[in-house]
Amino acid sequence: MQIRRLLATFVLLAALPMLAAAQTPKPATARIAVASNFADAARALAADYGRRSGHRIEISAASTGKLYAQIRNGAPFDALLSADAATPRKLVDEGQADGATLHDYAVGRLVLWSRDPAAVKDGEALLRRGRIERLAIANPEFAPYGVAAREALQYLRRWDELQPRLVLGENVGQAAQFVTSGAAPLGLLPRSLVLEARKTRPGSGWEVPAGWHAPIVQSAVLLAHGKDNPAARGFLLYLRGAQARKAIRGFGYD
Amino acid sequence: MAPDPTTPAWIAAAWVTLKLAGLTTAILLALGMPLAWWLARTRSAWRIPIGAVVALPMVLPPTVVGFYLLIGLAPDGPVGQLTTALGLGTLAFTFEGLLLASVLYSLPFVVHPLQAGFAAIPADVLDAAATLRASPLDRFASVVLPLARPSLVTAALLGFAHTVGEFGVVLMVGGNIEGETRVLSVLLYDRVEALAYGEAHALAAGLLLFSFALLLVMQWLGRRTVLPHG
Repeated sequence: MQIRRLLATFVLLAALPMLAAAQTPKPATARIAVASNFADAARALAADYGRRSGHRIEISAASTGKLYAQIRNGAPFDALLSADAATPRKLVDEGQADGATLHDYAVGRLVLWSRDPAAVKDGEALLRRGRIERLAIANPEFAPYGVAAREALQYLRRWDELQPRLVLGENVGQAAQFVTSGAAPLGLLPRSLVLEARKTRPGSGWEVPAGWHAPIVQSAVLLAHGKDNPAARGFLLYLRGAQARKAIRGFGYD
Repeated sequence: MAPDPTTPAWIAAAWVTLKLAGLTTAILLALGMPLAWWLARTRSAWRIPIGAVVALPMVLPPTVVGFYLLIGLAPDGPVGQLTTALGLGTLAFTFEGLLLASVLYSLPFVVHPLQAGFAAIPADVLDAAATLRASPLDRFASVVLPLARPSLVTAALLGFAHTVGEFGVVLMVGGNIEGETRVLSVLLYDRVEALAYGEAHALAAGLLLFSFALLLVMQWLGRRTVLPHG
């Protein structure tokens, strides 16, 4: 009898920390794969979310296509903030992501940008028929913004002519770095990165009309690896909040 | 060179790679021979810092070389200003820019075998040639070159192989332009990232066999002489 009571006490004692943990969630860490165009915004949002929740968010930035390949190869990412809507959708269809968490978090825009303040005076004329020595874009094979840049050039019927003059960044971050370093005189870049670059150097730019390419709708989704990760789930919920949405517009999204 | 859209991507990349490696090797042999000779023979205190500079690319991350090249080759960078003033335009994202990068990056792989080969030539052999009234150029052509031939071959093969194996610098300053700066190693990286494993396998196996064959030739040539180590 006494042994049984002793045992029960032990079980209770052992269960106590678990009960306590269930009441106050333990801070968790989530690794979030983020399309390069959104990397700066995601870092700022993750820091804000971290202060509110106590969770930790680690950001890994690359082009959406490369992140997709990494996820398919078992990269330990808990969520994906893509530069398109198709990639997260595909991951859901392939059973690699949770469809219930799929949502659009931003709509991106392209900007023709140069760090030379005199280079882009009449952006429309320059893009339609101007002389373009070299144009940096993200590689359309991996990067949705590269696809949008290709669509815009195809819309202007200049894709074939300009193709040999294109400099392809591995992702929009590298394309932007080609332009900010001055190595490439012009680039078709996400507005988010141009806003960032303008902080150090105003340069000159022109916003490409949204109708020149398919809308750059960016979706987020919880990945299979993160299905039990409260930090990843919480961060995706936080992204849908009014305050985060306002902040995202401030980072250069429609 | 405008890429022909019907050419498979790997042929264009192989051509760029071979052209780059071949030209890099030729330039490095021409520049490397006097430099290696000086490093092997001089007693000047400068040989220590200059030797260290030559060896730098062996230990530097390719990103360091790539970053400085990107800044240097930009229109307002030091090299960019020079080439623009000379009417050559800017070298960033061009084959010539990659050539410059490769010459810098493969320098020790050519200079070190040459230096070891030259250092192994006994001074009295050269003195003997000099007493026979051979001119310095004649001594170099008829004494030094034949004696250092295995090191010359090693230097050329290593310089070539190392340029073919270059990746990080090209990724940073190349811009991935077909027929101009897209080399095989970058194409392979692209194929892997696009999950095109069929093509990636073919490229990787090709590069592996090629490198193995080159090293096999080098081992075979060096079977009697001691291979100079880089």
